[in-house]
Amino acid sequence: MDAINNLISSGAVNDVFFYVFAALTLLCGVLVIANPFSRSPVTSAMFLVLAIISMSGLFLLLHAFFLAAVQILVYAGAVMVLFLFVIMLLDLKEEARRKIKFFGFVAGIIAVGGIVSAFVKSLASVKENTVEPTLEGETYALGKLLFTQYTLPFEIVSVLLLVAMVGVILLSKKKLE
Amino acid sequence: MHVGLHHYLFVSFMLFSLGLLGVILRRNLIVIYMSLELMLNAANLALVSFSRFNNKLDGQVLVFFIITVAAAEVAVGLALIVALFRKRQSAHVEDLTSMKL
Repeated sequence: MDAINNLISSGAVNDVFFYVFAALTLLCGVLVIANPFSRSPVTSAMFLVLAIISMSGLFLLLHAFFLAAVQILVYAGAVMVLFLFVIMLLDLKEEARRKIKFFGFVAGIIAVGGIVSAFVKSLASVKENTVEPTLEGETYALGKLLFTQYTLPFEIVSVLLLVAMVGVILLSKKKLE
Repeated sequence: MHVGLHHYLFVSFMLFSLGLLGVILRRNLIVIYMSLELMLNAANLALVSFSRFNNKLDGQVLVFFIITVAAAEVAVGLALIVALFRKRQSAHVEDLTSMKL
């Protein structure tokens, strides 16, 4: 029992959880964009849900508890239901394997390679943190910051949501000019 | 080895590259949209880890705003895709070439 308590307090369990969640997130991300077994968008959507849930596990490990809950509620709940509804509405056929244009493929690989090399370079210049992180992303602290320092952006975002709602209703009316 | 900022940033970068690869290589509009969501999530992860390891809460507030804007963006984008599908009967980028020279 003491051994287990020591393990928890030393943070080794957190490290194990980090590797599990990170591997799960990346694996599901790969399966979203290139699934070898199915080309249907529904499978992609399901793996995107899995990726988002494991990413909210990463948020928990970073002590961002409120954001982890919001991530599951908004992304895995609302956004993915919207995606699935649209897939159902469009009634897409099983996607035929189309020929990938050689030029586009090479250009894409070069672009992604460039971004990855830029990332690796910037990662090498990140300094290792010396102080132990003590931040807690609990709801109280976040809400306090949101309603004092960030009140104006908060109101602007609410207007943005209203505009998006009106726009969606206009766009999906039956008769589009 | 203790898990630190490097590890989280590495995961975030990998996820962003995966999303970019999906946007470039896939031909279905809806899957392209999902890859965009993946890229947004990668940015969120980077912001939250910066916030944690700098002991500042502002990054998490920014992530909160990003999630809200992403939800609005998904709603508008999917409405556009549905309207496009009604007109063209296709959700493939290769069928949408009316602006090609």
